[in-house]
Amino acid sequence: MTARANLLLIVVVVLGVVVNMSVFTVDEREWAIKFRFGEIIKSDFAPGLHLKWPLVNNVVKYPDRILNYDNPNERFLTDEKKNLDVDYFVAWRIREPGQYYRATGGDQRVAQDRLTAIIKDGIKAEFSSRSVKEVVSAERYELMEQMLARASSVASELGIEVVDVRVKRIDLADEVSDSVFNRMRQERGRVASQLRAEGAEQSEKIRSEADRQRTVILAQAYREAESVRGTGDGLAAEIYAEAYAKNPEFYAFYRSMQAYRQSLGRDQDVLVLTPDSDFFRFLQQQFGELE
Amino acid sequence: MGWNDSGDQQNPWKQGGEKGPPDLDAVVKDLQRKLTGLFGGGGTGGGRGGPTGLGGSFVAAVLVGLLAVWALLGFYKIDDAERGVVLRFGEFNRVSMPGLRWRVPWPVEALEKVNVTKREEFSYNTRMLTGDENIVAIDLIVQYYRSDPEAYLFNVRDPQDTLRDVTQSAIRETVGKSDLDFVLTTGRAEIAERTRELIQSTMDTYQSGLTIFQVNLQKANFPSQVEASVQDAVKAREDRDRLSLEAQAYANDILPRARGTAVRMIQEAEAYREQVVADAQGDVNRFEKILAEYEKAPQVTRQRLYLETLEAVMANSTKVVLDSKGEGNLIYLPLDRLMEGRRNDGGAASRSDMSGSRALPQDTSDRGANRLSLRSRERGDRP
Repeated sequence: MTARANLLLIVVVVLGVVVNMSVFTVDEREWAIKFRFGEIIKSDFAPGLHLKWPLVNNVVKYPDRILNYDNPNERFLTDEKKNLDVDYFVAWRIREPGQYYRATGGDQRVAQDRLTAIIKDGIKAEFSSRSVKEVVSAERYELMEQMLARASSVASELGIEVVDVRVKRIDLADEVSDSVFNRMRQERGRVASQLRAEGAEQSEKIRSEADRQRTVILAQAYREAESVRGTGDGLAAEIYAEAYAKNPEFYAFYRSMQAYRQSLGRDQDVLVLTPDSDFFRFLQQQFGELE
Repeated sequence: MGWNDSGDQQNPWKQGGEKGPPDLDAVVKDLQRKLTGLFGGGGTGGGRGGPTGLGGSFVAAVLVGLLAVWALLGFYKIDDAERGVVLRFGEFNRVSMPGLRWRVPWPVEALEKVNVTKREEFSYNTRMLTGDENIVAIDLIVQYYRSDPEAYLFNVRDPQDTLRDVTQSAIRETVGKSDLDFVLTTGRAEIAERTRELIQSTMDTYQSGLTIFQVNLQKANFPSQVEASVQDAVKAREDRDRLSLEAQAYANDILPRARGTAVRMIQEAEAYREQVVADAQGDVNRFEKILAEYEKAPQVTRQRLYLETLEAVMANSTKVVLDSKGEGNLIYLPLDRLMEGRRNDGGAASRSDMSGSRALPQDTSDRGANRLSLRSRERGDRP
């Protein structure tokens, strides 16, 4: 009983090991290359379970997804000789694993270095014929197309496909940035002084308008007031003239008397008189007979 | 050669051409039948070690038990927010929906769960160049979710990293095509939307399985280096408004006053008119009354008026009566002393209540004098 069981157990284990060594799985996200003593036999496996000879075949796997290579900070010159700091990334994937293996030895860095060298040259050529403004606002899609065209020869040689080349960051070098900041500051300064001048303009407009209105109001009021006063004076003159014309001679006398009362006889007046006036008629003579 | 190469029908794990997840009962029964067939058949058919005894059935029972445990390991739960992607020997087999599910356990089928509803987000802030060669500081949040679990798993190695790179590229491209003012003021929503579309279309060409739900432009500002100038410009705007308001306040102050003054001028003029007319009538009335009496007795009345007037005048004055018959003689009159004497008298009279200060003589002018002076003042008086 135990011998049978043991035998069965051994058979199962050995079977398991053999099966394990003679099958391999290919993931949906992988490429696999099957070698026979170093020679590539097959490199286009569909995902799933596959067979191999133990010890004779070996299998190498590479990713079959888009790989993202991020190239850090590279400096390029524009046609105005301004320095631009540029970041870009390359999205690529392996298309022919056999070719890829032969060209790079399976090392991603080799592929990336080859790619970036090509793309860097391309960007350098493109940027050196454009101004900063053109570079910044350029159709990046076009740039990408050109990079793709440039990279395609290398790509087929490497057994890869370049899916996308994108410029991520385009920044002015620090010293150029400073001058941009200065320009922006001046621009803001210009806006500020314009705003202040506009304020002064509006202020003057409103004030002068108000002053004008005030002057007009007062002048019109003066005109009306003087006219009213004139009317009064006219009426008064008419009234006086009408009454005094009844007896001009008496008016002259009466008015003179009033005037004397008003103008003479104040406390501090000193009158120096001769006694021969009408008032002193009786001062020297009882009957007032004048000489 | 792999089993797959010769077609699905011969794949031992796809018996009966069954495509969907295998029915649990069927699989277990199937296994049991196979196992009993294998061990039982081996025992009787092989005929090597005598009759099948207790040992054989014990081993079979153990193996069945182990198989049952193995099979139980195949149960898994998919949350409502998730989808399960099942790979059979690495090959995509099916997407499983929420609920309790079963797969053939390791090493045959592998499961990867992907959350398809959770909104992930990341933020990104940096300075960048605008189309008019200014620099703007941008603060941005990208929200996305994994809309296609299969594509998400299989097409891009680092979807999140790739998304970040694509986002940077997209926002810079969008801002690079716009002018600073547009970015800072009216264009925010548009830039966010254009960026979202650009990210989405790029990610779609990668078949990343990500859907960009929203791009939020949290902040678009002047870079800190020019902040002071920007603040000054903002202040200038306020200054402008302030100056305008101050001028308005000035206008609001002087115009009502001017209107008030105008009304006063006219009122005063009308008062003056009424006054001079009334005065004239008063004067005339008085004159006419006296004239009537005068005409009754001209001589007497005239003399009376004359004498009364001079009496009043003389009574209040310092008088020097000179009989200037001696012509040719120069008479010395100390007028200043005479006047001083009078002033002292007046001072003495009011010394008791006005000590120390010089008392001025009382103004004895009547209303007529006032009126005359008032009249002249008014006429010359202009505001």
